[in-house]
Amino acid sequence: MTRAAVQALLSHWRSHPLQLMTLLTGIALATCLWSAVQAINAEARASYDRASAQLAIGRFDKLRASGNLIPLSRYAALRRAGWQVAAVLEGSLRLDGRSVRLMGVDMIAYPALPAVTEIEQGAAAPDPADILTAPGRLLMSPELAPLFQTAPGFPPIITSTALPPDLVLTDIGVAEQLLNRSGQISRLIILPEQPRGQPPLSDIAPELQRITPSAQLDTAQLTDSFHLNLSAFGLLSFAVGLFIVHGTVGLAFAQRRGTIRTLRALGLPMRHLIWIGLGELLLLAAIGGMFGLGLGYFLAGALLPDVAATLRGLYGAPIDGQMSLRPQWVAAGLAMATGGTLAASGHALWRLSRMPILAGPGLQAWGGDTTSTRITGALGLALLIAGTIAYFAFGGLIAGFALLAGLLTGAALLLPLLLSGALTLFLRRARSPVAQWVLADMRAQLPGLSLALMALLLALAANIGVGTMVSSFRLTFTGWLDQRLTSELYVTAADDTQGERITEWLTPRVSAVLPIRSAELTHETGPLFLYGIVDHESYRQNWPLIAEGPDVWDHVLNRGAVLINEQLARRADLWPGDRVAITAEHTLPIAGVYSDYGNPTGQAIVAMPVLDQIAPNTETRRFGIRTEPERASDLAQVLRNQFELPPSAVVQQAAMKAQSMAIFEKTFVITSALNVLTLGVAGFAILTSLLTLWTQRLPQVAPVWALGLTRTQLARLELLRSVLLAALTACLALPLGLVLAWVLLVVINVQAFGWRLPMHLFPGDWASLFLLTLLAAVLAAALPAWRLLRLPPAALLRVFANER
Amino acid sequence: MNVRAFILFVLLPIASWAQGYAGLGGSAEGFDRPVPGYSFEFPRDHGPHPTYRIEWWYLTANLRDADGSDYGIQWTLFRSALKPSEADGWQSPQIWMGHAAVTTPDAHYFAERLSRGGVGQAGVTAHPFEAWIDEWHMRGGDLDTLNLTANGVDFGYDLQLQAQGSLVFHGDAGYSVKSADGQASYYYSQPFYTVEGILHLPDQDVEVTGQGWLDREWSSQPLAEDQSGWDWFSLSFDSGDKLMAFRLRGDRGDYTAATWIEPDGTVTPLPDGSVKLKPLETTSVAQRNVPTRWHLSSPELGVDIDVIAVTPKAWMGTRFEYWEGPITISGSHTGRGYLEMTGY
Repeated sequence: MTRAAVQALLSHWRSHPLQLMTLLTGIALATCLWSAVQAINAEARASYDRASAQLAIGRFDKLRASGNLIPLSRYAALRRAGWQVAAVLEGSLRLDGRSVRLMGVDMIAYPALPAVTEIEQGAAAPDPADILTAPGRLLMSPELAPLFQTAPGFPPIITSTALPPDLVLTDIGVAEQLLNRSGQISRLIILPEQPRGQPPLSDIAPELQRITPSAQLDTAQLTDSFHLNLSAFGLLSFAVGLFIVHGTVGLAFAQRRGTIRTLRALGLPMRHLIWIGLGELLLLAAIGGMFGLGLGYFLAGALLPDVAATLRGLYGAPIDGQMSLRPQWVAAGLAMATGGTLAASGHALWRLSRMPILAGPGLQAWGGDTTSTRITGALGLALLIAGTIAYFAFGGLIAGFALLAGLLTGAALLLPLLLSGALTLFLRRARSPVAQWVLADMRAQLPGLSLALMALLLALAANIGVGTMVSSFRLTFTGWLDQRLTSELYVTAADDTQGERITEWLTPRVSAVLPIRSAELTHETGPLFLYGIVDHESYRQNWPLIAEGPDVWDHVLNRGAVLINEQLARRADLWPGDRVAITAEHTLPIAGVYSDYGNPTGQAIVAMPVLDQIAPNTETRRFGIRTEPERASDLAQVLRNQFELPPSAVVQQAAMKAQSMAIFEKTFVITSALNVLTLGVAGFAILTSLLTLWTQRLPQVAPVWALGLTRTQLARLELLRSVLLAALTACLALPLGLVLAWVLLVVINVQAFGWRLPMHLFPGDWASLFLLTLLAAVLAAALPAWRLLRLPPAALLRVFANER
Repeated sequence: MNVRAFILFVLLPIASWAQGYAGLGGSAEGFDRPVPGYSFEFPRDHGPHPTYRIEWWYLTANLRDADGSDYGIQWTLFRSALKPSEADGWQSPQIWMGHAAVTTPDAHYFAERLSRGGVGQAGVTAHPFEAWIDEWHMRGGDLDTLNLTANGVDFGYDLQLQAQGSLVFHGDAGYSVKSADGQASYYYSQPFYTVEGILHLPDQDVEVTGQGWLDREWSSQPLAEDQSGWDWFSLSFDSGDKLMAFRLRGDRGDYTAATWIEPDGTVTPLPDGSVKLKPLETTSVAQRNVPTRWHLSSPELGVDIDVIAVTPKAWMGTRFEYWEGPITISGSHTGRGYLEMTGY
């Protein structure tokens, strides 16, 4: 009996292959986007872990001289006092427009570097003498190797997957030559095992600062908000995909009522039926889930390089462009698919269990009535309020997302009530009988369509919100780059002496040489970079201040005040008029706050003499050069030749801007990709809902046809109905999208990145999105309309003949 | 005792890389080679010889506290050249490695340090004499009076050494042959130190006195290709006589050599085969079976003795592992000494 029942129930799918495809696609889409985001996040986190393990960045304390490099003699003095430290010299190399971090470690004093150990244990272990003596070897990830293989003048390469993708590791002896910084040390790692009887550090090297790992910016922590953003997007897509599942499963059970009634009449217990239904769903979830995982893996692989570029650009986070398949990920994806399918089908199963044994095939559209629309609406309102309260009560990134979630789900639940209200309003105005019928019919259809329309609302709102945020950001960022990068050339000298020579040589040839000097300090909120500036109109006219006290430049340049960046201002809640403790001994008044996009750390600007006071001996190696723009290119070449500078040491403003914009664009590639996908899923959800309703529409259409409307007219009305509902939804999505954008800009961005952006409006984008929505609605209704058009009149006539 | 070169080659500079490096018998291209008839010049030759591939300053001492408990200490500075030259700063191809250990009757503590030349972290100056790596040093006006210090995480020592005799040259006036194929090194010793000072142990400081033995050796290609390890003994008999003996274990048979040192410094070099070394008992330490009781005999010298480790677990768990610790002597002669065993 059970076997026969299973066959009977499953035969439904054989006669409805499209429905089966739809259901599987729904499950697959939901799983795909969610899993893709999870895969990207997992990959990124694995990269961070690897990087911090490889370089012991997160684990060990380090010693640093604020503002300058550590001389070799200091290292020897520490060692001879018993301090077990390993010297590290860091710098960046530019190759093909890409900036790569070069890390030179004293591989003799610190031979236990995990990356080195891994290479040692590899099949082709190199001769240590090759690594330690000229020309040395460069250790890098396979991803980076092609870049160096084609470039002349570098030592031979050893690749290892143990290395982070943006880092070249080498012996310090090789690094000092490649970076042209002989005998200099960026920082000292304090090794884990220290001998007994050490003198205190302050006796040997009082000028060095000991930095504990907690005071160092942790990549994982920094990027958490970014990953949370991605997860939220994945979850949204997951929810939208489940709308499809809900629609199709409901339809499938509705269509099988006849079969179910027969089976029960033959004696099959309800309990068995439920188990069969459950088994069927689990099987479908497994198939759809696998399919979705495959898609998700592919999607993640396609998006990962851009995400990697983003994370590198925004946070300097090391991340691989390579995907690997993790078993936990497969398990989690399948669990999500199964859980989601069951959640989306629970309603249908529950209805099945409650069905009276002899109930006939239902004709009334399934879904709620007016009362339940009101209840849903009230629930929506409650969620809206709850989200808002949560945000104001708790604050922070999670509360920001709670606000978003409350807004989106609340608005979605309110949608049927609002649409029904709008239709009622139209109905009162309608004069012609056909118009009245169309509107009344639409209102009657609402419960069946409402889930699909909610999906559409969410997708549209997300599109408007995220689109507004990205475009606002782009506009602000471009303007900010213009303000910030005012010098025509940026030059980096090998050391202070060469810096002096370059300044001397340049001064008579250009309109200004602006030294760029900075010292790395530690503030309670994390690392703090202190910059010194000279008085020049470049700063006075262009510096992008977002908050300022009176006579801001006069205070900074002549009265010992400080400018801080927005990140520091928001993290420490310091604004003009407050005082900031730059070091334990130096507390300065804040004259202004400037925007500083794309930089995770705190920053402050003081006049040059103040910098020298706070961090004496800060190196003077970098300069901004003001000259006529058309001379910049030639001057760059002359400078390189004159001082034998590597190409990367002289950068033109245009190149710098182009690179910054490229990083920016990559940042939002994934956002727009997910945006488009969500909209596609929502369109698909409308199609499935319309198809579901279609089977139940014949009895309602037949009388109108009998009254004299042609099938062509009916088909056109069918399209119109779909377009009208989509248009109404789009109109409601606009304010929701704008509120979403506001939350993203003012709440989420501030929490995630530390900066607040002004909101700009882009009506052109809305118009095109509106048209796209109408097009999607037409496409979704096209199939039902076409079916209506081709319906034999006999089928319509039969409605009157058949018993209801 | 040029066999210690093995350590240097195999483990330097980056431990396990070198384990695949069977280059002991490799060519010494570009490096100078020891030749017979070399005339030593001091204090110059107490200092480093960068044109030779390997070199060490190797000090061991047998010590005793007021209660009569036996202790041993080791202080070693190795130099290994990647190229036969010296350069400033990080460009230096000279690699230095320090090993220090304290052995008590029931424990063994050790530490290891690595550095490169040129940066001031490690090195040796001949006059005034100082050998150092990090805060460890062996220093004095000359080699006769030395201050010796080293520290690990939980142990350390600070000792004064005073030479009571003259330098001793092994082999053919300091030209010491190491295999039947003729591999050789320059090798001299100062085996006549008296020692006093303090051992810092995890739970207490101990005042000790005793006797020390310094080996100086340098070469460029000391081992034959088939030789895989060695057993090296420095024995100080209560009679005042001393004996240095080693056995190189090779696929083609063992190679032994020894030096008999009388209290006045008169030396008698003994050729291959004149001293018999036979393991009697092994101890399982660090998953290896290491002989910790030996029988030494030489009819020529009238020596027929058993030596036994003070602490069988004197295992040096450094990058290249080996056994090194104090021993006591019984039989035809009594006394104390040091034993080093590698390649187990």
